[in-house]
Amino acid sequence: MKTNLSLLKKGQKAVITEFNVDAIPLKLLEMGCLPGNEVQLLQIAPLGDPIYINVNDSHVSIRKETAAEIGVIIITE
Amino acid sequence: MAGQTIKIALIGNPNVGKTSVFNQLTGLNQQVGNYPGITVERKAGTCKLPDGSKGLVLDLPGTYSLNASSMDENVVIELLMNKNDKDYPDVAVVVTEVENLKRNLLLFTQIKDLEIPTILVINMADRMEKKGIALDIPYLEQHLNTRIALVSSRKNQGIDHLKDLIVSYNGLSTQPCLNASSIDPDYFNSLRKIFPSQLLYKLWLVITQDTNFGIIDIKELQGTSFTKTKPELKRLQQKETIKRYQFINDTLKVGQTIDADKANDLRAKLDRVLTHRVFGYVIFMAILMLIFQSIFSWSSVPMDLIDEGFAWLSAYTAEHMAPGKLTDLIVQGIIPGIGGVVIFIPQIAFLFLFISILEESGYMSRVVFLMDKIMKRFGLNGKSVVPLISGTACAIPAIMSARNIENWRERLITILVTPFTTCSARLPVYTILISLIIPDRYVLGIFNLQGLTLMALYLLGFGGALLAAWILNKVLKLKHKSFFVAEMPNYKMPLFKNVGITVIEKTKAFVMGAGKIILALSVIIWFLGSHGPGDDFKNAEEIVKADAQQRGISPEEWDEMTASYQLEHSYIGIAGKAIEPVIRPLGYDWKIGVAIVSSFAAREVFVGTLATIYNIGGNDAEDETTIRQRMAAEIDPQTGEKVFNFASGISLLLFYAFAMQCISTLAIVKKETNSWMWPTIQLVGMSGFAYAVALLAYQLLK
Repeated sequence: MKTNLSLLKKGQKAVITEFNVDAIPLKLLEMGCLPGNEVQLLQIAPLGDPIYINVNDSHVSIRKETAAEIGVIIITE
Repeated sequence: MAGQTIKIALIGNPNVGKTSVFNQLTGLNQQVGNYPGITVERKAGTCKLPDGSKGLVLDLPGTYSLNASSMDENVVIELLMNKNDKDYPDVAVVVTEVENLKRNLLLFTQIKDLEIPTILVINMADRMEKKGIALDIPYLEQHLNTRIALVSSRKNQGIDHLKDLIVSYNGLSTQPCLNASSIDPDYFNSLRKIFPSQLLYKLWLVITQDTNFGIIDIKELQGTSFTKTKPELKRLQQKETIKRYQFINDTLKVGQTIDADKANDLRAKLDRVLTHRVFGYVIFMAILMLIFQSIFSWSSVPMDLIDEGFAWLSAYTAEHMAPGKLTDLIVQGIIPGIGGVVIFIPQIAFLFLFISILEESGYMSRVVFLMDKIMKRFGLNGKSVVPLISGTACAIPAIMSARNIENWRERLITILVTPFTTCSARLPVYTILISLIIPDRYVLGIFNLQGLTLMALYLLGFGGALLAAWILNKVLKLKHKSFFVAEMPNYKMPLFKNVGITVIEKTKAFVMGAGKIILALSVIIWFLGSHGPGDDFKNAEEIVKADAQQRGISPEEWDEMTASYQLEHSYIGIAGKAIEPVIRPLGYDWKIGVAIVSSFAAREVFVGTLATIYNIGGNDAEDETTIRQRMAAEIDPQTGEKVFNFASGISLLLFYAFAMQCISTLAIVKKETNSWMWPTIQLVGMSGFAYAVALLAYQLLK
């Protein structure tokens, strides 16, 4: 199912398909947040934002507004 | 080769255990920058190498890549770009971690492109088996054009091998791993034509960074047909990153095998609890409570000992040295001055101990995660939590730790509000005032009233910081897109060695730095307090004698009266009296006024100044009273009330909670913001606010 990273549920895995290069920081790309890589949503902060993901074995937290710019296809429920 | 110094740069992503490797190599032979006043930019240390030569190891700030997105990362690039820098390394040691090899190698391939002899350290090798990871080292060495040291800095394994590799750095390959220019051959070919003498990858870095690194003038590029727009450059950087990952993936496909079943889920379990919607915050608050309560109660024993020790030393010196100016200087100026610094070593050490444990264990990153949304509302960033908490030890390293906040606006606000948090220099002031005006009683059986007051002052500091941030966020018109990308490192048991070194080094740097200011001021204050202009000072004895005889006061009290009369007519007394009208409404007398003014250099000077003033004013050098006892006994001659009563005490506590009294912090803010405007705003804004609050408190309470 096609969606964006900010809409994943806790524990869901997805594959990154595309993103808006201008809207996400280069650092995130360097962490391995690139098309074709798998991403899993691990935690959502108590107040709903930010989220904590595992992408390319990098454990990072990003805000939802950034995650919304990253298109993914969900691979596990 | 013996006698030669090999310059070694330690480079790596944050959280790969780079500092542990540094500590293993150098032990306590480290120099942390010498604040106050000077930024800690590069931590350096020396190590002995197996062939008898010396290694100079530079611990560079953690960075994810050579594309600088924060101040910290600029430091790394600046050094590696500039062959003429005196610290330019003979050999680069790139530290990676076995579990994050893929990502860590990104930086490694970039460093290789700079054609510096490079060694790859794969740290935390002891975890390999547990995590089901196997590495084909010869294959990796061949394909990455490097030599590899498998290291476990926690278990002190592999360090000798690393040292052997460092010694033979001349034989290391300087061939790049991959050819980044293939991402846009036309563009890179034309670049090569314009600057034939420059390394192509360096040129590329210069072009893509916002900072000018000085190896070529970036203006030379502008206006030529080769200029690219920012989005175009960013797309190329993205291409470069993808290309690097392709190379890394291809290499690791053969060189690394992972048995995924063995990955353990301790991290997930701990995260579930520590970032839980309720427990997460409860645990965080509990940890903070524990820290502040324990600082107050644990350090009181050594502090009392130090306090009494210095009072004794002062009396002993007075008794055993010939009376005279020099003895006076030592007894009244130098000993109380040094005592004023040494006394809060226990509290500083405890604070740094707790903070470095929180950082080392990986917990601090979870706090960043928990707090981002709250902090965002105040115009801050989750990462601002680290400076705010570190600020409880000292604002200087705290302000520097704001460097990893990528967004300028959030970083600036963080820098401006960090001095509100209760730093350890306020502790001696708080401690002494609290013990004078708050009874040492327990409420509900467990909470010490004095400890609670201290906790309240800390909360007041945080509150002040948040309020100021909220106001600045409304007032400042700076356009910057807010980004937040924070790594969540794996949990680790803090290493005793790392924590110990941090505590020792930071405490030492702090005491030496603040100590110089305090000692100098103590001597100056002693001089100004024991010298005065005019006849009033010179003929104090006769004037007092005549007056006392007239009033029928017994000769035993003359000495004391003379001393205090002299103090009042000394330079410091005159200055103090001059500012008295300004501080009277806050409930302070001129002696406190002098202490406040001199403590604009550094807060902890307050106690030392009072100690000096009361020592000069005091008659009896053999008297072993501590500074606290003298303050408690101080009576205002005009009102006949205690000088340190509840109203004036609270007023002073509030003044010290908010006023900007630290020259070193102002210097660091000037340096970090590169402008005099921001430190000036801090000084005027914070101290003005402090005056208003203290005034209000005293007028309501008196």
